[in-house]
Amino acid sequence: MQAILKNIRHSLRRIRGLVLRYVYLIMGSLPRLLELAYWPSIQLVLWGFISQFFLTQSSVLAEAAGILIGAVLLWDVLFRGQLGFSISFLEELWSRNLGHIFVTPLRPHEFILALMGISFIRVLIGVSPAIMLAIPLYHFSIFDLGLPLIAFFANLLIFGWVIGLLVTSLLLRFGVGAESLAWALIFLIAPVSAIYYPISILPNWLQWIAWTLPPAHVFEGMRAILAQNYFENTLLFNACVLNLVYLLISSMVFLYNFNAARREGRLLQIGE
Amino acid sequence: MAEKIIISVLKLSKKFGDVCAVDNISFDVKKNSVIALLGANGAGKTTTIAMLLGLVVPSSGKISIFGIDILKSRYSALSRMNFSSPYVDLPQRLSVYQNLKVYAQLYGISNEKERLSVLADDLQLNDLLHRKYGTLSAGQRTRVMLAKSLLNNPELLLLDEPTASLDPDSADWIRHYLCDYRERTGASIMLATHNMQEVERLCDQVLMMQGGRITDAGTPSELVEAYGRDSLEEVFLAVARKAPPKEMK
Repeated sequence: MQAILKNIRHSLRRIRGLVLRYVYLIMGSLPRLLELAYWPSIQLVLWGFISQFFLTQSSVLAEAAGILIGAVLLWDVLFRGQLGFSISFLEELWSRNLGHIFVTPLRPHEFILALMGISFIRVLIGVSPAIMLAIPLYHFSIFDLGLPLIAFFANLLIFGWVIGLLVTSLLLRFGVGAESLAWALIFLIAPVSAIYYPISILPNWLQWIAWTLPPAHVFEGMRAILAQNYFENTLLFNACVLNLVYLLISSMVFLYNFNAARREGRLLQIGE
Repeated sequence: MAEKIIISVLKLSKKFGDVCAVDNISFDVKKNSVIALLGANGAGKTTTIAMLLGLVVPSSGKISIFGIDILKSRYSALSRMNFSSPYVDLPQRLSVYQNLKVYAQLYGISNEKERLSVLADDLQLNDLLHRKYGTLSAGQRTRVMLAKSLLNNPELLLLDEPTASLDPDSADWIRHYLCDYRERTGASIMLATHNMQEVERLCDQVLMMQGGRITDAGTPSELVEAYGRDSLEEVFLAVARKAPPKEMK
């Protein structure tokens, strides 16, 4: 038992060490820090005014005030979550540091957990100012979602990590030549994630695809609360189960590509 | 009493597609010895070191380090060894202190502050600690890299071209430090290099590599004698150019 606890303690220390490396990177540069909060805040301001304009034009939207702003904020949790994961991995490629990291006793699963940790920190830094801005600017508080907000936040963040794991797998396979995927891949699922519109407006065959993705359940759940003041347990349950499945699959894909990179000698060569 | 073997490599090969980077090599490294992998570019030195570290998975063969089969459980060996290479960098936007602190945590160093302070004194890094790694000169970077590779007081140090691109004074300083480290700690050191001065000054044993194979092995003086040349550099050139020995003894 003591040996297990000791191993866990050492493991946590290694994870903390790697998270610290990314925290130093963010805190060492004011432009980097500001950039984290810049895009979510700009998005919020833009979509806030758009939704205010719609409110004056449509009684349907007037009944669902805040849905667009809520969607913008939650989408940013997903987007920034995956970006925080993928960019942190890219930092290792850009600095040609992978070879040093993987000759330490750091295990691949600890590496994944560290990337998740820094992704969470980056999302908090990035999205918090936008959430706070929404309150005085548009009289919309995401906290009105109540406790489900935590569940929505967690599910979107986890799915961001799933995409992040797939992006890093591709980076391990193809090197920095695939870096644009860190920004682009997530938008492949945006049309079927029901961020700004309900799943029902999608063609039937796309609805099937949408329901296989956790974000669609989260955004439908958000709409149910904001529009009908009703929390649907089933949607949240589905999102959790799907996330678990995707997280397992994407972790396996990452580990497969990590081992392939070791077989093919790419851990030493990969870099700018 | 038999000398303790730190590294035991048996029939190790690595193929990348059709290219055989390392071809059926076997060797042992004894405790408290310094061994050089000597060969031209593409001889298989870096691939051999990468396989010892577990960064590259061999196509066939066995590697045992500290008696641990590293193909099965490399992590227990990794905490007792370390590595440095000019081809693998440290994060440039982190300060020297931040870099060393991060790696101290990755290696699970318990007395982190004390260890960093000792290394900073030993390697004359005190004035550099709060400078960004990316702003340092090649010589300064090499000292930082060396500090990183000594964080965990390794029993085995694997160094890929440890004095590449250094001026003679800095290179000499590094060699002196490595000699001293070996004497103080009883560590074993393996170098991949094509710097003859380094090999003659530091190494007890040399493995000559060419085309992924070990073509010859011995002490620097044994090799010079066996090839009938005046220096190890001439031996290296003879092997690289596949010239026959002047007079095999």
